[in-house]
Amino acid sequence: MPVLIPRSLDVAVEMASSHPDAHILAGGTDLMVEVNFNHRKPETVLALRHVDELRGWTIDAATRTVHIGSAVPFSEMEHGALSEALPALAEAARTVGSPQIRAAGTIGGNLGTCSPAGDSLPVLAAMEATVHLRSTSGERAMPFAEFMTGPKRNARRGDEIITGVSMPIADGWQGYAKVGVRNAMVISVASACLALQSTGPRLALGSVGPVIIRCHDAEALVADRPGAVDAALAAEFGRLAAAASSPIDDHRSTAAYRRHAVSVLAGRLLQRGTARP
Amino acid sequence: MNEHYTLRVNGVERDVCDSWIGESLLYVLRERLDLPGAKGACEQGECGSCTVFVDGAAVCSCLVLAASAVDAEIATVEGLNPDGTLTDVQEAFVREGAVQCGFCTPGLVMAVHHLLDAEPEPSDLQVKEALSGNICRCTGYGRIFAAVDAVIARRRDAAR
Ligand SMILES: Cc1cc2nc3c(=O)[nH]c(=O)nc-3n(C[C@H](O)[C@H](O)[C@H](O)COP(=O)(O)OP(=O)(O)OC[C@H]3O[C@@H](n4cnc5c(N)ncnc54)[C@H](O)[C@@H]3O)c2cc1C
Ligand code: FES
Ligand code: FES
Repeated sequence: MPVLIPRSLDVAVEMASSHPDAHILAGGTDLMVEVNFNHRKPETVLALRHVDELRGWTIDAATRTVHIGSAVPFSEMEHGALSEALPALAEAARTVGSPQIRAAGTIGGNLGTCSPAGDSLPVLAAMEATVHLRSTSGERAMPFAEFMTGPKRNARRGDEIITGVSMPIADGWQGYAKVGVRNAMVISVASACLALQSTGPRLALGSVGPVIIRCHDAEALVADRPGAVDAALAAEFGRLAAAASSPIDDHRSTAAYRRHAVSVLAGRLLQRGTARP
Repeated sequence: MNEHYTLRVNGVERDVCDSWIGESLLYVLRERLDLPGAKGACEQGECGSCTVFVDGAAVCSCLVLAASAVDAEIATVEGLNPDGTLTDVQEAFVREGAVQCGFCTPGLVMAVHHLLDAEPEPSDLQVKEALSGNICRCTGYGRIFAAVDAVIARRRDAAR
């Protein structure tokens, strides 16, 4: 039986272990493009659409933690309680593809693909999210920064299913910004997430390096400066972000433009986040 | 490897025999189930001409693995009005001149129905965002937005 459709996580994990060659399928928005263009010819597919345990999310008020199942689609992050708990994730989700892509594409698929342009990933990096994996040998959890090991590379073993991500609820302003050639249906040329958590500011950059890049120098610059930010400080914040980036020239843009764009995005996010209403 | 499975399309159980495991729902609908309403242009999720509903969500059928869509409610443009008459959205598209070559129309009609079912009074920005996954090479979109406005106005009048 080449298309495996488990109805529970336990069965899914068993199947992933007994069919290590199976392609795991969530929303299909990455995998099916490869299948349609003959880049992949799957022999066996493990489809997660009926695994209810992966399709839910929870907000735990006691521990102030959000847990998002890997099969939750972007469309569910855009509105409601989840968007209030993690406004930057809602903004990032809203920039993904089109309504049709957001209805199908999942956060687990974004992690599975692990493109440096994956829009949820800078948010996970800034929020220091934990990625949860499961196999027949048990559960593993690791910080997102350890999970993503390179462009389209991650620390998932072949028999593991990504079950979800968890991270703290936003307890300060946060935002996500992205540059692309148009507003809709665009893979980012550069992106940034700034989270002004009570424990300190956190800045993470997408599409400007082989992995998502955290900018500790920029964070340190504004760590002990509450209140409004002037243009000079925002520019310096952006300069430090650009200095931390290591972009390349490719079919979407040039390294020079990406460096410039990410400095503008970082500076803008800082000014937005510290503006007093 | 050959697959045999059953899909529920527009409320009817349909057998799919001898299909290759990697076939998309778009391909199965058009080539195996004689439902050519959903159109295929890009087969990479960019154009929206293949839009169908799967369990109530408007998705690109080119990105759905057909064999994984068992036990789901699939709805295509053919199922909107099974008696073959036009829906109010289709009628407005015709009347407002929103159909030129017509290739994008089935996908757009599905997207508009999906939007107006969830949000009967969308703002212009909401309409643009809701249709941002549907590409039209012909109309320049003005006539399409006019058709959406016409449906909104008509439904508002009918509700009075
Ligand atoms: C037209 C179009 C526009 C797009 N625009 C954007 C965009 O703007 N921003 C963006 O970030 N992405 C974009 N994408 C890419 C894609 O939508 C995202 O990467 C999405 O998150 C993929 O999720 P999925 O559920 O569809 O993944 P799938 O295609 O089902 O899977 C993707 C990969 O992850 C693996 N995988 C999935 N779930 C699991 C799991 N639970 N455990 C282990 N492995 C798993 C799969 O095996 C596969 O290798 C776009 C894609 C298309 C077609
Ligand atoms: S054919 Fe499916 S989106 Fe273009
Ligand atoms: S009418 Fe020709 S593509 Fe829209």
